[in-house]
Amino acid sequence: MIELMLGNQAVARGAYEAGVAVATAYPGTPSTEITEYIAKYDEIYTEWSPNEKIALEVAIGASLAGGRAIVSMKHVGLNVAADPLFTVSYTGVNGGLVIVVADDPGMHSSQNEQDSRFYARSAHIPMLEPSDSQEAKDYIKCAFELSEKYDTPVIVRLTTRVAHSQSLVETAEPQPITLKEYVKNPNKYVMMPGMAKARHIVVEQRMKRLTKDSYDLDINKIEKGNSSIGIITSGVVYHYAKEVLPEASYLKLGMIHPLPKDLILEFASKVDKLYVLEELEPVIEEQIKSWGIQVSGKELFSVQGEYTANMIERAIKGSTVNMKQKEELPNRPPVLCPGCPHRAVFYNLKKLKLTAMGDIGCYTLGALPPLEGIDACVCMGASIGMAHGFEKAKGKDSSKKVVGVIGDSTFIHSGIGGLIDIVYNKGVSTILILDNSITAMTGHQDNPSTGRTIKGEITAALDLVALVKATGINNVRVIDPFNLKESEAALKEEIERDQPSVIIFKRPCALLDKSQSSPLKIDSEKCTSCGLCLKLGCPAIQKKEEGMVIDESLCNGCKLCTQVCRFNAMEGVDY
Amino acid sequence: MKNINILIVGVGGQGTLLTSRVLGSLASKLGYDAKVSEVHGMAQRGGSVVTHVRFGDRIFSPLIEEGRADILLSFEKMEALRWIHYLKEDGMLIVNDQAIDPMPVITGNAKYPDDILNRLINRISNVFIINAQEIAKEIGNIRVSNSVLMGVLAQHMNIKKEDWEEVLSSIVPPKTIKENLKAFKIGYNTKLGCEEGARLNDVLE
Ligand SMILES: Cc1ncc(C[n+]2csc(CCOP(=O)(O)OP(=O)(O)O)c2C)c(N)n1
Repeated sequence: MIELMLGNQAVARGAYEAGVAVATAYPGTPSTEITEYIAKYDEIYTEWSPNEKIALEVAIGASLAGGRAIVSMKHVGLNVAADPLFTVSYTGVNGGLVIVVADDPGMHSSQNEQDSRFYARSAHIPMLEPSDSQEAKDYIKCAFELSEKYDTPVIVRLTTRVAHSQSLVETAEPQPITLKEYVKNPNKYVMMPGMAKARHIVVEQRMKRLTKDSYDLDINKIEKGNSSIGIITSGVVYHYAKEVLPEASYLKLGMIHPLPKDLILEFASKVDKLYVLEELEPVIEEQIKSWGIQVSGKELFSVQGEYTANMIERAIKGSTVNMKQKEELPNRPPVLCPGCPHRAVFYNLKKLKLTAMGDIGCYTLGALPPLEGIDACVCMGASIGMAHGFEKAKGKDSSKKVVGVIGDSTFIHSGIGGLIDIVYNKGVSTILILDNSITAMTGHQDNPSTGRTIKGEITAALDLVALVKATGINNVRVIDPFNLKESEAALKEEIERDQPSVIIFKRPCALLDKSQSSPLKIDSEKCTSCGLCLKLGCPAIQKKEEGMVIDESLCNGCKLCTQVCRFNAMEGVDY
Repeated sequence: MKNINILIVGVGGQGTLLTSRVLGSLASKLGYDAKVSEVHGMAQRGGSVVTHVRFGDRIFSPLIEEGRADILLSFEKMEALRWIHYLKEDGMLIVNDQAIDPMPVITGNAKYPDDILNRLINRISNVFIINAQEIAKEIGNIRVSNSVLMGVLAQHMNIKKEDWEEVLSSIVPPKTIKENLKAFKIGYNTKLGCEEGARLNDVLE
């Protein structure tokens, strides 16, 4: 059957057809849907793990047990999983092990633009890169075969445009899920120095063998065209190039680590001018140059952002596409949704002029005007350690002005360790856990605190209060952030305290809250257009020439504005 | 057939993804090669969003380049202007006459331009303006405004109305099929804007 599929859906289909037994992940754009789609296959055990490191470790265990396992994450997730990654390269696998990592050139939804291909090189793990959904499915199956044939984990790298584009996929029958026998083998699986030294030799041999065999690997393809221009490329950039240079010769790489050196040398010798087209870092280009071959690449392009077909046409053909003028317009940054519980917290933080070490999630949007409630955001879990460090540098009194702000999923992902640090090292920081009972930013995934698994089954719900208390924090309270007065009082009290404390602001994500009421209206008789309600940064409240208006297509009746308005001007008010 | 490039733009949360799903299914149902590129993640929280839909005999890139869209379908006025440079010289714009203030406007740091429709009309000749949410409100479900816009789009493409209706019915939530079909029909039957040279049928033979 031929179906239009999202790249991520095709990865899931590939896992299914490859007979995968276990699939794990922590969500992250643009990789999230892979695991959501896999979860639809009843045959495959699927889980959201608390973070990427654990997700990879679960997959390693499954592979050791003899099943095929797949683990998916976004590029920065691979940083979290890097520790097991480098050593599972040494142990190799039993059942096939495939790690899918989705890079985000252009940073559509990420905090940096790192290039995962460096991980493949430094951990000595083969890496494949599909260019569309069909290849996404096919390469996953190929990756499992390579994994078992060469006794290695295999990384499949996607980029946003492959993960989030739909294209046609021909599906096939799944192969049955089988388990290989597990045989105890400490020399292969217990990585202490004596054994690891021997395994490092195996790793080197494996990569040499792969380099040699990659000459015949059918996912590395030469497409003969005009010999004046030769293009070496991989992933979606191949399609951009074909769009504007259909006549050129191509070496399309399906395996981007290790590179098929002999094939590249052969291709280079047959074309007059050689180009490497790769987004982000010059990973392929520098390797080819190190072999003494002349090739053009990054001197024509940037290491920043995405390539486009127009850009390639300009750089290689020199033709200037007739660019039309862009219009000067106000930006439209993403915003906290109407009814979002996070808004109420940031409103109070701003009012109290607190400095906030922030974290990653929907609540990071609280950094933007008018709320401007976050001072810093680095990576998942960082807010707590950063608040602690801020206090240690500036002294105890500073903690009366500084808080850490972190979401429920992020706290479980990697925040808890920071809290243990604060207690252990006698910090007095106040940490705010914004518990909207879901992993919202990435599209509403369950997590250990929601009481549901990825398959929708009921499970034990992690008790955040008990967890916080167990770290040794005695001052922990749970507050509805929509009670602005109570929240403000609690904040004042906790930051004054000479002990560490945690406030859990608990209220469900507005997009999931079923108890929504009808939109509010502004009573123009009462409204004085003072603009106080605009400080909430609610997209539904807008100032027009005729005065304040509430856009009823946006308002979900959360009534937070009624607590801010001094004139009772919002109708439907009965708070 | 020549490749068709349709760019769908709007504000995150407006439901542009539904429209691209319908178009993608339609194209593959009719046996075309098709690619659809979407925005997930952060921008879906009220940011400026864009979806690229391409179909034809053989599609390489999932993205439409600047200056190469045949049709720009915009769910919001200012977004139409933000993406207008993607449209071909003789391309067609279908724009929903709705204004959603972005945060810089709400905070008073920027002004929502008051001459958007004029600026659009000055830049291109094939402009179709419709107030889809008014129609949706009359139908009694504000969420079906994207089906109104799809109806307008369908007027200008050489694909049978029945095919649209079938695909639309298979994609929207079952409870809302009737309302969506009604919205689609109104969009399909509304004659608007510049009539002359508006049909893209010749492109789509
Ligand atoms: C290491 C890492 N993994 C995954 C992500 C993707 N990511 C960004 S925000 C987020 C979820 C945050 O959820 P939560 O903390 O509950 O906040 P919410 O969005 O619900 O407000 C995820 C998974 C990331 N940025 N970094």
